[in-house]
Amino acid sequence: MTPPLTPTEQPLVQPRLDAGSGFPTLLRKELLRFWKVAFQTIAAPVVTALLYLLVFAHVLEGRVMVYNTVPYTAFLIPGLMMMSMLQNAFANPSSSLIQSRITGNLVFVLLPPLSHREIFSAYLLAAIVRGLAVGVCVWLVAIGFTSLPLANPGWVIVFAILACGIMGTLGLIAGLWSEKFDHLAVFQNFLIMPATFLSGVFYSIHTLPPFWQAVSHWNPIFYTIDGFRYGFFSVSDVSPWQSLAVVTGVFAVLATCALRLLASGYKLRT
Amino acid sequence: MSAVSLEHVSKIYPARQAGWKKWLGRSAGPGFQALNDVSLRIEHGEFFGLLGPNGAGKTTLISILAGLARASNGHASVCGYDVTTDYKMARRALGVVPQELVYDPFFTVRETLRIQSGYFGLRKNDDWIDEILFNLGLADKADSNMRALSGGMKRRVLVAQALVHRPPVIVLDEPTAGVDVDLRRTLWEFISRLNKAGHTIMLTTHYLEEAEALCGRIAMLKSGRIVALDTTQALLARVGGVDLEDAFVRIMRQDSPLSAELEPEEALS
Repeated sequence: MTPPLTPTEQPLVQPRLDAGSGFPTLLRKELLRFWKVAFQTIAAPVVTALLYLLVFAHVLEGRVMVYNTVPYTAFLIPGLMMMSMLQNAFANPSSSLIQSRITGNLVFVLLPPLSHREIFSAYLLAAIVRGLAVGVCVWLVAIGFTSLPLANPGWVIVFAILACGIMGTLGLIAGLWSEKFDHLAVFQNFLIMPATFLSGVFYSIHTLPPFWQAVSHWNPIFYTIDGFRYGFFSVSDVSPWQSLAVVTGVFAVLATCALRLLASGYKLRT
Repeated sequence: MSAVSLEHVSKIYPARQAGWKKWLGRSAGPGFQALNDVSLRIEHGEFFGLLGPNGAGKTTLISILAGLARASNGHASVCGYDVTTDYKMARRALGVVPQELVYDPFFTVRETLRIQSGYFGLRKNDDWIDEILFNLGLADKADSNMRALSGGMKRRVLVAQALVHRPPVIVLDEPTAGVDVDLRRTLWEFISRLNKAGHTIMLTTHYLEEAEALCGRIAMLKSGRIVALDTTQALLARVGGVDLEDAFVRIMRQDSPLSAELEPEEALS
């Protein structure tokens, strides 16, 4: 005995008008996607950061003092937190999009009435959540190694969110552009990795020769790490306000690009 | 207001220049014309068949209705909603079963349907989801991961995903390709019930006996043009042949379309 198919005997000639936005579900799905494989998406980057910490702290602790007052291990921890956040915020939307494109299930996001703003917001927020989750886990593990001050928590939160926002947006753009995993690897290996490693994760740029100091100032990732560190130590290579301005500007430009690509259906709708 | 309306729709896929040439902006030729001035109306409650050989433009036509492709010329609408300017309502009105067997390997069947329902803004939809699962023989697979399902079961989930927001218009793009007799029977029973309940069905298939048994009206596409459009019985009577397959072969071998049947209004009257 099967129940009736429709609540009315009138022919169905209109879509359901009581429906809301699809944004919360797309966000939840993107969160579930990485949470279901948390061992790979959360635990693995924490272990990687821990290995960096063990090696560099063992070699350099006691030999290097940064800003004249900060021990090297304490200096290193915010850098590793930020590097992990950046890489994972990038990985979340980019891997989701490329996997969906290659397996073909991206069609399930394209068929519903989701606007480009809803799609952008869902992928971006999920990237920020994953980035922050990894950052918090790295912090929880790392504070077992040394005492880490937290001078300005507000700056820490602002730069963490904006940095994840930048990389989440960049991951979204990379995911839209890439047609196969090779394309995404180009982004990761030739843009994201050099930009994060050469941005002051492991050192203060004041220890660099003038030429490389100048080059570092053109790397927006440097400002995310420098501003983030200011939140812990109240000391930084450049003013946190300057970093905030650069980071906010870069996010605004990338977000505009990503929204325009989504609105145009770039590589999504033929 | 028709359930589906296409007015002079054409689609040209631009040719893609490979390698370094695309960076130099060199022209890659005129592109591929998948649809050429297609006009068509499907009324509410119809069971409509869209037939044609591979590459005729069937999937392109469906993609334009679903918003996956943009028409180069002309207008398309679903339940009176333009698929470009009023895309949100047009997509709410349309459920599409894609041709390819695609799924998200992260989720169970029930999660997949809840997510798809949520994309349409329907978050408390479990009663309808349970009904679809029951009617498509998926109830005992509701908590199985998509990866663990056979091809036929995955095909059923695709159908369920298209129905989850209870769309007035349902498009089935070769839904029975490569599936067993049991699924075909279950699927057609369920789809026929939906059609009797008022849903408009648009079907593409290469199994012409299915189209002959189910569809009240049929359009045939050839090289992006409609070459025949009429009720199934009228087509058979006009072209001759023992069945729809025979009629299909005869029409596809003709050089000119069945001109008398090409006006949708005329065919509907």
